[in-house]
Amino acid sequence: MVRLRQDPMPLMLALLLAAAGASLVIGKVWLPPVVLFDGLAAPKPNLAWLIVTELRIPRTVLALMVGATLGLGGAVLQGLLRNPLAEPGLLGVSGGAALGAVIAIYFGLAARFALATPLLGIAGALVAGALTFLFGRSGTLTLILAGSAVSGLAAAGLALALNFAPSPYAAYEITTWLLGSVAEKEWSQIALCTPFVLAGWLCLAATPRGLDALTLGEAQAESLGVNLNMLRVLALAGVALSVGAATAMAGAIGFVGLVAPHLVRPFVGYRPSRILLPSAVFGALLLLVTDIAIRVIPTSSELKLGVLTSLIGTPFFFWLVLRLRRMSP
Amino acid sequence: MTVLHAENVSYDIAGRSLVSNIDLACESGQFVALLGANGAGKSTLIRMLSGLERPSRGQVRLDARPIRAIDRRVLARRRAYIPQNARVEWPVAVERLVALGLMPQLPVFGDLDRAAWRKVEVALALCDLSHKTGQPATTLSGGELARAMLARALVGEPEIVIADEPLSGLDPRHAMDGVARLAALARAGRLVIASIHDLTLAARYATHVAIMRGGRLLAYGPTASTLTSSRIRAAFDVDACVQGTGAQAIVDFIARPDQPALHPFPGLVPA
Repeated sequence: MVRLRQDPMPLMLALLLAAAGASLVIGKVWLPPVVLFDGLAAPKPNLAWLIVTELRIPRTVLALMVGATLGLGGAVLQGLLRNPLAEPGLLGVSGGAALGAVIAIYFGLAARFALATPLLGIAGALVAGALTFLFGRSGTLTLILAGSAVSGLAAAGLALALNFAPSPYAAYEITTWLLGSVAEKEWSQIALCTPFVLAGWLCLAATPRGLDALTLGEAQAESLGVNLNMLRVLALAGVALSVGAATAMAGAIGFVGLVAPHLVRPFVGYRPSRILLPSAVFGALLLLVTDIAIRVIPTSSELKLGVLTSLIGTPFFFWLVLRLRRMSP
Repeated sequence: MTVLHAENVSYDIAGRSLVSNIDLACESGQFVALLGANGAGKSTLIRMLSGLERPSRGQVRLDARPIRAIDRRVLARRRAYIPQNARVEWPVAVERLVALGLMPQLPVFGDLDRAAWRKVEVALALCDLSHKTGQPATTLSGGELARAMLARALVGEPEIVIADEPLSGLDPRHAMDGVARLAALARAGRLVIASIHDLTLAARYATHVAIMRGGRLLAYGPTASTLTSSRIRAAFDVDACVQGTGAQAIVDFIARPDQPALHPFPGLVPA
């Protein structure tokens, strides 16, 4: 059993700061600090200034926000379900958000009105969350089952949209969107989604004590005065709002929500309440570093963020399986 | 003085009656052993007595107040509940596991202070776990885990301790140890209610026994006068012989002569 005593937060925050700085510098056009500061000092608008404020900063902010949301959502769901394989997409919310966004692309709304994609994505996430709640509110197991049913429904909807895509170009646009990316998003889209993300974080921030009590199982948690129904509602609402809005902006980005809680857990003595913040910070770090990596890795067409997280995440999944197999023969 | 009173409680689920019309009142200082065959409704009654399950009919009162009307955190401070086969879901340190028992006492935001950690130490010492403080709770043996759960229940100093089969899966020494701890709690003025399958231990340590069969209460009263061989026969369908009382009591079973001989393939018994 790995049991590490030192607090990982200072190191992770330092790395996060460094990555955020690097994220402003690195890209198709390299902006070394000297150029960056010259651009800030020179009369605006100038090229360096525009690149930083219209491309690099939104991209960085979005990567941080989406990564933190996935890390936090994964940590809360793993604590609530006491299952190390839980991830934010489990409740059908990501599927719903993706379907909503794809509907916006399918009917050409996205081309006419830039906010259509995130707006319909959020609507899709909320509808999916409401459906999961409606069918699964009575217990934890029913919540998971309802979540997978809603995910299945959303996947069917996505397949339908691809099947009936009005043109090969629309099908291509839908698939690329689904691959996930934080690049080329406008400030207005970020501004639209931020309130939902923050509201979701607020709901999730109310769960830690209940999650700790669940270390003893549901019956004992209840006997300790934890309102399990309330806890489930808070977790579901928090995930629907924050992960839904994040997916509506950035597409489906897998594995961050699964990996981040696992990697920070040994550092906090496996206490479910204590992994929320480090997991969010680690998720943000992970996604930002991955996003920097796709700018650096030379590929003929752009490597999508969600593709790289899956590529990195899958070996981790195998490692998890091996570890579980070793622990329970 | 704490009085826990189940007033004619019944519990039905999906058209089946698990508990019917049980009236049971217990008070501080009693160690009530809940006896009965598997499926007699012990766990359901225990969950209702703990205020975790709402009876279909009737109600449970704690000091004359309906238990379901008491704020869940206030109730959590007054009674501790240990479910059957309690498990730990994460490899947290034993001290952290025990400290979870103080959760109802803590303010909404805020961690354990020095006085709280002192209580955790005392509870660990009381349950003979001081040497296991920092060990991951998932690596404890069955007996140690049962003691850790008891320490978790006791750390908040509840008036009532309710445990569902706290001795299941324990070897004779740990089972005796566990039941002696529960009896000591009752002597110290708490109300202890526990479902127990080992009738000898119940006869030796419990002040009162409540015997259930098919969701009904067959008998309830002081152990020596209530736990008789005829009642054991009625509750468990075995002939039993109860010898002695108090610390020397022994309950033994004899298969009943009128029971059908066991056939290896029950479906193929010739008519």
